[in-house]
Amino acid sequence: MAEEDFDAIVVGAGPAGSACAYTLAKGGKSVLLLERGDSPGAKNVSGGRLYTYALDLVDPELAGRAPLQRRIVREQIMLLSGPRATTVDFADHGEGAAGTQSYSVVRATLDEWFAAEAEAQGVTLASGMRVDSLLEENGRIAGIRVGDDEMRCATVVAADGVNSLIGQQAGLFPDVKGRAVGVGVKETIELPAAVINQRFGVKDGEGAARVAIGCTEGISGGGFLYTNQDSISLGIVFNPEQAARNGRQIQEIFQDFKLHPAIAGLIEGGTSIEYGAHLVPELGYHGIPRRLHREGLLVAGDAAQVGINTGLIIRGMDLAMVSGLAAARAILQDGGAAGTGPRYMAQLEELLLPNLRAYAEFHGIFGIDRIFKEYPALANDALRFLFTVDGKVPPPMLKQLRRIVTSRVSLGQLAKDAWKGYRSV
Amino acid sequence: MSIKRLGPEELLALDRFAVDEGNPHILVDKAICAACASRPCLAVCPARCYQLKDGQVHFEYAGCLECGTCRVMCADRGVTRWNYPRATFGVTFRSS
Repeated sequence: MAEEDFDAIVVGAGPAGSACAYTLAKGGKSVLLLERGDSPGAKNVSGGRLYTYALDLVDPELAGRAPLQRRIVREQIMLLSGPRATTVDFADHGEGAAGTQSYSVVRATLDEWFAAEAEAQGVTLASGMRVDSLLEENGRIAGIRVGDDEMRCATVVAADGVNSLIGQQAGLFPDVKGRAVGVGVKETIELPAAVINQRFGVKDGEGAARVAIGCTEGISGGGFLYTNQDSISLGIVFNPEQAARNGRQIQEIFQDFKLHPAIAGLIEGGTSIEYGAHLVPELGYHGIPRRLHREGLLVAGDAAQVGINTGLIIRGMDLAMVSGLAAARAILQDGGAAGTGPRYMAQLEELLLPNLRAYAEFHGIFGIDRIFKEYPALANDALRFLFTVDGKVPPPMLKQLRRIVTSRVSLGQLAKDAWKGYRSV
Repeated sequence: MSIKRLGPEELLALDRFAVDEGNPHILVDKAICAACASRPCLAVCPARCYQLKDGQVHFEYAGCLECGTCRVMCADRGVTRWNYPRATFGVTFRSS
């Protein structure tokens, strides 16, 4: 066997890759961390919130040094229809129990920082390197190819993102299906920090996170808004199959959302500075490929399709970090090369999978089509009725509310949807 | 500056691209696209790289955001090759 250049080569310097590389180097392994962007984060887009318990798991000292934007203290849920909006706003200005914090983040700075932390542990970081193929020898993965260069190692960790061309090339899983992902689009809008504080009712360093339904023309999906230090991340995630059937360009639907009077007022006076798009694993536990390893190769992060979306909680980066940590621990444990894959699965079982299983059926909620149009409209109709005064004698309240409900959905549909929702959670 | 509706060109103009001239990272077979009835690419590509001109699907890779949606959604395998741009090329995000 040819001599190995590194103990491990990690492909992709996102949250999974850097968490893995950091842990491996700290444990004494020689690690090459490859990133296809000019710098880590340069190719990455996410909604923008990190639950920081995951950083603490990797190393309790990391979160204190991380370039986090604002600690999320306001959770908002918005129901849109026509020019109307109903917003539920949950604020918690307390310290929050240890390990429950979450922060808005900007990937270009977060990912670059995390990879630099890995470098400080001894990782060799090489940006501007696109891995073209895997080196396969005697049925095992022996390294990677970048152009004409070959690099060998005991274990390759594919943290190459949701499209994971490497995992596909290794024959671990087929290409992602349309029904398994969401396509996210996002505009970053610069606004002075003081204006953000004022509009969202937060102090310096505090921020808001908002999810919105009723802004997708009935397509399964929803809007999101995160306050960064001096910018706002605004976007929508769409089910691409339904978006294709709907036919209208998703960019245009997103621009409608941006200009909705209940959103436009929050970003007024701001400057659009970037537009990005990304696929998001949507199926949660059921979307994870059965095979995440073969000899010499582990798959982590978005490449392993680890994600949780309950409609209220959207998690990706934290799970990616934990999966990267699991991969690193499996490599660091004794027990021979052939056992690395099974050890990885055992680590995932210990650190990650029970959490995903707890939400395993949540995706069923998004199978209730009326959640994306009729129910937000119904909420707005009902509240409009309750707040309307026109000097005339109002109709009996309960009778009118029932009329509002049945003008949007039949009682049979309502019962069916309630049952489906109940079954999902 | 005030917030306004931005069209595809205006949105992409916000981003930094290094186009690998003459070396597309995605290959599209026009003959397959001509026979495709559903053409999901037209609606779902966030960069609007796929546009209908004179009844034909035209593909322009220069403004690609490298998300993969077209590959995942392509109905008739008109996307015959999909890869990321060569290193140092493609989009670079600084604020996302």
